[in-house]
Amino acid sequence: MVSEAHPGLSHEVGAAGPHTGGHGDGHAGALQHQFDDIAQQRESNSLGMWLFLATEVMMFGGLFFAYSLFRWKFDAAFHEASLHQNVALGTVNTFILLFSSLTMALAVHAAGSKKTGRLLAFLAITWLMGLGFLIVKAFEWGHDLHIGLIPGVNWSYYDDPHHLEELLSKNIGVHEVKMFWTIYFCMTGLHAIHMVVGLLVVGGTMIYAAKGAFLNGNDQPVEIVGLYWHLVDIIWIFLFPLLYLIAGFHPERFLGGGGH
Amino acid sequence: MTAHTTHGHDEAEHHLIPLGVYFRVFWALMAFLVLTLFAAYFNLGALNLPIALGIAAAKALIVVLYFMHVKFSSRLVMVFAGSGIVWLVILFVLTLSDYVSRPWLPVPGAGG
Repeated sequence: MVSEAHPGLSHEVGAAGPHTGGHGDGHAGALQHQFDDIAQQRESNSLGMWLFLATEVMMFGGLFFAYSLFRWKFDAAFHEASLHQNVALGTVNTFILLFSSLTMALAVHAAGSKKTGRLLAFLAITWLMGLGFLIVKAFEWGHDLHIGLIPGVNWSYYDDPHHLEELLSKNIGVHEVKMFWTIYFCMTGLHAIHMVVGLLVVGGTMIYAAKGAFLNGNDQPVEIVGLYWHLVDIIWIFLFPLLYLIAGFHPERFLGGGGH
Repeated sequence: MTAHTTHGHDEAEHHLIPLGVYFRVFWALMAFLVLTLFAAYFNLGALNLPIALGIAAAKALIVVLYFMHVKFSSRLVMVFAGSGIVWLVILFVLTLSDYVSRPWLPVPGAGG
C-alpha cells in the first residue's frame, strides 16, 4: 500500500517491506504513517511520555508540598511520629526499587538487542521486585493497623493516655502527629497504587514480549514502560529520607522496627 | 542511511548504551543509599534535611540521565524531562510564599 503523500514509501505497519527512508536496520515494520521516519516517531513517543511524567511529578508534588508545609509547622511532631517508622523495612524497600530500576534498564536494553529470553527474564525480576516492595509495605501497614496508626481505620494509638502523656511532655499536639500519619499514608498509598499499575503494565509487557512483539524493530514500548517504572522509583527515592529518616538513622533501633 | 536533520540525535535504536554503564549507575545508587544512612546517623541539626535531599536528588539525577536515557537524548527530550521540575518549583515557591507571608499583614488568617 503506497500512500499518495509519500510516494515511494511503504507504510504498511507490520510489513518488512522496502523503506526508502533509508533505515536498513530492520525498523521498517515499526514506522507509523503519521511520522516521517523512525527517529521522529521515537522522539515524539519520548516527548509524550515525559509530558505524562511531568503531570505525575505535579501530582506527587502537591503531596510533597503538603509534607513540606506541615513538617515546617509541626517539626517536633514529625520528628516524634517518624520514630515509629520501621527504617529497616524502608531501607529494604529502597534497595528493592533501586535494584528493580537496574533490571528494568537491562530489560529495555534486551528489547533493543532483540533478545526476548533476556527481556522476559529481566521483566520478570523487575515484576517480582515490585511485588516484594508491596509485600513489605503491606507488612508495615499491617503493623501500623495493629497498633492503631491508620487514619480513619484504626486511629486508636493516640487514644492511649500513656502515648498522649508522652506527646504532652514534649509539647506536641495530637493533631500534629496525626498530620504526619495522614500525609504518610496518602503519599505511600498513592505511591503503592502506582506500583500496582506498574505491575499490571510490566506484566502486560511480558505477555506481549512472550508473543514476540518487540522483535520487528519496535522496542520502544518497553522503553516507555521503563520510564514509568523509573519515575515510581524516583518518587520513592525522595519518600524514603522524608518519611523514615526525619529523626536520623539509629542502628540500635534499626532492627527493632521502631518504637511501639 | 538518511541524515537526521530535524530530529536531533536519538539513542538506543541506533546504538545501545553499554551494559557496564547501567551496572556502574547501580553501584553508585547503592553507594548513595549507604551515604544516606551514614549522613542520617549524625545529628547535624538543620543541615540533615538539605543533605538528605541533596543525596536523594543525586540518586534521582543518575536515574534520569542514565536509566531513563536522558543523557543520550535530544535537547528537546531534555527540556521536556526537566519541565516537571520547573513546574514543581513554581508550585513550591508560590504556595510557600503565601504561607510564609501570612503573618506579615494584620488581616484574618494572619496566624499562618
